[in-house]
Amino acid sequence: MKKYYLFFRLRFAAGIQYRMAAVTALTTQLVWGIMECLAYKAVDKASCGGMPMDYSAIVSYIWLKEAFLALFNTWAADNDLFEMIKSGDISYELCRPLSVYAMWFSRNVGGRVSEALLRCVPVLLCAIVMPGPYRLGPPVSAEVFGLFLLTVVLGLGVTVAFCMLVYMLCFFTISPQGWRMVFTGGVDFLSGHLIPLPFFPAKYLRVAQNLPFAYMHNVPFRIYSGDLAGKEILPAVLGQVFWLLALIFAGLLVWKLAEKKIVIQGG
Amino acid sequence: MITMENVCKSYKVARRDSGFGQAFRSLFHREYEEVQALNQVSFHIGDGEMVGYIGPNGAGKSSTIKILSGILTPDSGTCVIDGRIPWRDRTEHVRHIGVVFGQRSQLWWDIPVMDSFELLKEIYSISTPQYKNKLEELTRLLNLEEILKTPTRQLSLGQRMRCELAASLLHEPKLLFLDEPTIGLDAVSKLAVRDFIKKTNKDHKTTVILTTHDMQDMEAIAERVILIGRGQILLDGTLGDLRQAACVDGELQEDSVNLDQIMAALYQKLNIM
Repeated sequence: MKKYYLFFRLRFAAGIQYRMAAVTALTTQLVWGIMECLAYKAVDKASCGGMPMDYSAIVSYIWLKEAFLALFNTWAADNDLFEMIKSGDISYELCRPLSVYAMWFSRNVGGRVSEALLRCVPVLLCAIVMPGPYRLGPPVSAEVFGLFLLTVVLGLGVTVAFCMLVYMLCFFTISPQGWRMVFTGGVDFLSGHLIPLPFFPAKYLRVAQNLPFAYMHNVPFRIYSGDLAGKEILPAVLGQVFWLLALIFAGLLVWKLAEKKIVIQGG
Repeated sequence: MITMENVCKSYKVARRDSGFGQAFRSLFHREYEEVQALNQVSFHIGDGEMVGYIGPNGAGKSSTIKILSGILTPDSGTCVIDGRIPWRDRTEHVRHIGVVFGQRSQLWWDIPVMDSFELLKEIYSISTPQYKNKLEELTRLLNLEEILKTPTRQLSLGQRMRCELAASLLHEPKLLFLDEPTIGLDAVSKLAVRDFIKKTNKDHKTTVILTTHDMQDMEAIAERVILIGRGQILLDGTLGDLRQAACVDGELQEDSVNLDQIMAALYQKLNIM
């Protein structure tokens, strides 16, 4: 276990040394967050309060999304790993007495958490001092906050397990570009990154809810504001657990296949 | 102890002529060619031996190293290393081997070398006193003192290669595979690397298998040379045997030419270029 923790810690150490990247990312996220808040304000006015989510719930959804972007975005997967597969540097990873899957999983979690920790504090600080309706409110209750933390962890697990599946598939296609294009565009939409899922028409929402992407950040961010509450919470959490296990299983399965027929590229 | 018997490995390579028309055609119809990388390769290497593995580019050297380290599965044949089949018992096998791929890096790119070493300590479950001893020894022999705190990305090639060697020996493996460890190094670094390899072999009885194109490496390090070409073992003996084989028809005078010329003559004679 300690080995995997160390992967996490190293990735963390590597992640926090890029300070300038964190500062610029912060600016982007603040501006982006404000723009989104204003856009939904306009929608709110135009629809005379007929929105599927409370405006305050949307605001907290937006700010949490910006603050914890690094935990859940699938398009910023660990480039080093793609590079390793492409160039053949994976040789060294295979020369270690460890499971490649577990090694990469912890490395990914470490990378995401380090990036998120650096960014979330300033974004959250700014978000709670925003004027009036654009302010990020406190969670509905202490219990809800606990649930929020739990579902953040599960959601992160689902996201990383999904990325792992993509890495493993790259062993079969030589270049990772194709998979990334297909998945990242679709996932951004289906996970509620572009538009929160409650805005989807009922028919599409049913489809989205049967996909793993609805169990990434959609669950914790809506629990936080009380938009997802009561009887709806349990199935959402169970869904997260289910998809976490299913994606890990699928990833391991693909890895077993890849391991057999792996060709290290380059001399 | 390494025993390799009748190992074959072939790759499927997509081939086409250059040009847009050909590229377009290959969308619909792709021609593959089987390239036989290893063809009935057999050899036997005892404990503590130092073996140079040579041959022209594309002869199958790296494929052999990859099979020996368990990261490539051959099409047929057997290979047993200390009772283990490398690709089948990979996780167990790699505990006992150290590998350096000269053209790749095992150190984390953006953190100090020391951190990469600490990670290796955990990966191989090395006890703290053992790790300290080994690290101290390696630091002294490879002159690493100054560079351990530097991030890998800022090391020169020679410095990096010294660190790579140290990294592959931290867990005190019984077997060391070196795939072109001196590629691109300057004279000083080359000498340092050679001396270090010799010393490791002598002090710890580490079995070393080394591939290289640098004939001086061979002369300095290898007691035994295995020559491979077109996937087949052509010669297994000492450097002297190699010289004799090249000079047998009298075109070359053994003492008037250097090793590189001998190798070139040999490659041409055996028609393996």
